Amino acid sequence: MTKPNAVAIEITSTMNSQSVAPEEYFVEEEPYYESSGDEIAVFEAAYRNKLPVLLKGPTGCGKTRFMEFMAWRLKRPLITVSCHDDLTASDLVGRFLVKGGETVWVDGPLARSVRSGAICYLDEIVEARKDTMVVIHPLADDRRVLPMEKLGALLEADDDFCLAISYNPGYQSVLKDLKQSTRQRFVALNFEYPHAELERRIVANESGVAAPIAENLIKFAHMTRNLKGSGLEEGASTRLLVHAGKLIASGIAPVTACRSAIAQAITDDDDMLKAIQELSSSLF
Amino acid sequence: MAADTPLTAEQIEHDLDVCLELEFTFLNIGGISQLLSVQSREEQEFLLGWTRRIATTNIQIAYQFLRRAPDLLKRMDRRVMETWALHAMDTYDRVGLHAAMQIIRDVNQFMQHKHAHAAAAVFDDVRGILLNFVHGLSGRALKLEQGDAAYTDSETLYLPAVIAQLPDANDNFSLSKAMVAMLWAQTRYGTFQVDISQALHAYPDEHHALQLFHSLETLRLEACIQRELPGLFRDMQGLKSALGQTNTPVWSSYAEQLANPESTAGDCLRLLEKAYHGPLPDPTCYQGELRPEAIAACMTARVEREKALFRIKLAQLASDASRIPDEANASPRPFEIREALASLASLPSLELVLDDIPVTPPDDVRQLMTSIQLDLGNIPDEYLVPAGPGEYDAMLIEEKTIDPNEVWQGTYHEEGAFFYPEWDFGRQHYRKNWCVMREREVTPVYDEFVTQTKQKHAGLLKLLRKTFEALRDENRMLKRQAQGDEIDIDALVESLADASDGREMSDRLFIRAHRNERNIAVMFMVDMSGSTRGWINDAERESLVLLCETLETLGDRYAIYGFSGTTRKRCELYRIKQMDEPYNDTVRARISGIRPQDYTRMGFAIRHLSKLLHGVEARTKLLITLSDGRPDDYNDNYRGRYGIEDTRQALIEAKRLGIHPFCITIDQEAREYLPHMYGAVNYTVIDEVPKLPLKVAGIYRRLTM
Repeated sequence: MTKPNAVAIEITSTMNSQSVAPEEYFVEEEPYYESSGDEIAVFEAAYRNKLPVLLKGPTGCGKTRFMEFMAWRLKRPLITVSCHDDLTASDLVGRFLVKGGETVWVDGPLARSVRSGAICYLDEIVEARKDTMVVIHPLADDRRVLPMEKLGALLEADDDFCLAISYNPGYQSVLKDLKQSTRQRFVALNFEYPHAELERRIVANESGVAAPIAENLIKFAHMTRNLKGSGLEEGASTRLLVHAGKLIASGIAPVTACRSAIAQAITDDDDMLKAIQELSSSLF
Repeated sequence: MAADTPLTAEQIEHDLDVCLELEFTFLNIGGISQLLSVQSREEQEFLLGWTRRIATTNIQIAYQFLRRAPDLLKRMDRRVMETWALHAMDTYDRVGLHAAMQIIRDVNQFMQHKHAHAAAAVFDDVRGILLNFVHGLSGRALKLEQGDAAYTDSETLYLPAVIAQLPDANDNFSLSKAMVAMLWAQTRYGTFQVDISQALHAYPDEHHALQLFHSLETLRLEACIQRELPGLFRDMQGLKSALGQTNTPVWSSYAEQLANPESTAGDCLRLLEKAYHGPLPDPTCYQGELRPEAIAACMTARVEREKALFRIKLAQLASDASRIPDEANASPRPFEIREALASLASLPSLELVLDDIPVTPPDDVRQLMTSIQLDLGNIPDEYLVPAGPGEYDAMLIEEKTIDPNEVWQGTYHEEGAFFYPEWDFGRQHYRKNWCVMREREVTPVYDEFVTQTKQKHAGLLKLLRKTFEALRDENRMLKRQAQGDEIDIDALVESLADASDGREMSDRLFIRAHRNERNIAVMFMVDMSGSTRGWINDAERESLVLLCETLETLGDRYAIYGFSGTTRKRCELYRIKQMDEPYNDTVRARISGIRPQDYTRMGFAIRHLSKLLHGVEARTKLLITLSDGRPDDYNDNYRGRYGIEDTRQALIEAKRLGIHPFCITIDQEAREYLPHMYGAVNYTVIDEVPKLPLKVAGIYRRLTM
């Protein structure tokens, strides 16, 4: 079973990749991020006022990149937890483990961030179990404490600590909606796919393709976004465009790159795949 | 006799005798059977099989098919022949024998021949792909239908049933794609922004002028496509050269003049003055037809409707934006339109501005804006004034919802109904849009029925609640897990003891809370046919009361619909409880108000309810039918095998959507047909009607455990 577990952190480094404790993970180089509004200023203001932040927006529009960028800018470590439907409160807070006949408490990622003053980013929060919300509520208002039930203690948040969560309102499902009691604790930033010109710059910059190809990729993305609602759950995200761009930059034919990096990634439906294929071959 | 030995003329005659009912029809099959007897067994089976299938629809069509088929088989692709036969049967369903015979006789026209023996692009095969293709291109959300030629009325694109100009299947598909793209380009690049009919009035030969105008437009649109979709343009050039089509020098010079990105349909009209006296060029292979009357009819209605709708939506946006109640009904402030900055999109993207503040329009308004832009080229100022109160009669603009009760009082028509196909087992194919279905309300009856039922079954109800409570979401603690939230002290003590004994220590030392979430949506489909009159109806209603009461304890989402009808033209579903509706007094009164109606046509009900259920997000989806007998309808062949096969097909479709169907019936003969429809284990026969209420909840419990 591969749960994001505190134990995993203790695995020592292998070969070339390094492992560091999450609270020591600083983003050292400036991540490439194009601002599309005043989100940076809003985030900074919220951070200074110790307000938690909610990022709304479709997948692959730059929420995670924005968090990395802000972590770099604010010079705080970033601890990201990707939430899944089996994620429980103890996965976040921590748990007892047995070591050589003794029980040892191990902090979860949230407790580590609270202690060390890191930015904790809970990605796709609605995927987590409902009981996890109870844990973040006291952290997300002016109390700024993390109750650690099993230790019988309250952990006060470091001044530098910041809580950010993300949420995709596109899933039109009652089961995956964020409750009012949760959402009304956060400063909300709305993310959308960047407008065409900006998106072209991002794709060209990230993938290294020439401007005309980037422009065609954006056109293609708009075509798939037109299909949202008539058979596609979600159009091609900026992330996918960057993937396709990278393939093209490495010499793959554009139509093939669009098929592998975009069409196959957004749908399994046969008719839809063929239609998307026809759209991309119409453009290139 | 070996399976591949050809049938003799006598055997064929015998076969046809049965399926064409020669005894009564006196059709002459002598020559045909001779002709057939020299063909291979496999060809014979193909032809006889289709003749049989068509004969279940109409014997004359089958006979005409058979007369032509042996000859056609030599030069025609089988898939095309099948499409031809099905198209004839569909036409028969829709408009009758005469038109269907026409299709059988004019087989060449149907083929748009040239390469009859070709791997054709058949509309039904390519529709799904092309529809998505055209939705992906920008502009209005267009529809795609089969028609007698490639043309558009500016909202729907029509394609012929079969496209087979080229010998290769891929090329024929490309051709159909090019046709669709060309029709799309007409809507997208403003072909209809000029009044075509009026402009052509000036010419003595209007038809000739129209053809010329269309050819000029095609040149202009080709240039548009070349700019926007260069890949598609290359394909189109390839098609033209494959068919040996080239422009004459004069027309090439026209093409150059129209290649300017600024050219409009108006420029084509101006060029037409010059071109009118010249010869008409051959139409380009993907050009299709231009039908000004169809376009005008469709556009006039749309432009009016969209103007009204847009202004009403603006009024809503304005009141949402201000939030403050309007001061003394001041006249509404007009919106402004600004061109949004830096847009790569080919259609200028517009920004809606109110009092200098940009307003983000919701999706439906954005689509309206696009549609208006396409029709008029921009959004005129008078559109930007929000509609005043009472300025438009909302009834005229909103999608008309017709009271189903009223529809039936006038002469019969099909406005506002849902259409569902029906499976014809003889034809081995669907009859398109065969059932005309409406949802209706059950008239609520506020009486003592529910209270009485609850009293009558008070003991049972208590028991049911208890058993169902046990099913509710509960946290189960899983002990001795390798991972978990807490330490399992028992396991720890044991393994420490093991360790001190020198044995291996277990790592399964944790307790994990396992939450078993019930995520069930269930649809109850209740037989309201006339045969339920009396105690069956009572038993059904009592069962529903008990079910609702217990399901409320359980928290499962559920909906209840009744079904009945008379003939395919009048299929009715009665809403009793919708999925998200709470179980309240109205629902209770509706249950009490369930009254027996007419017949038991089942296919449409299963199809419609599966569609509703499919829209609900749940891990398990159940469709439970309460029924008292086999499918049946008035004077419509539905009774018997046809109805059973259609119901079975509808259930197969439901299963494909991930829905589990189940049937509870009181028909003692149900074992003869239910296994075939629902499968061997997906039904229960209840032998005594009064037991129905006692059993239903129990069955539900077993199904969902």
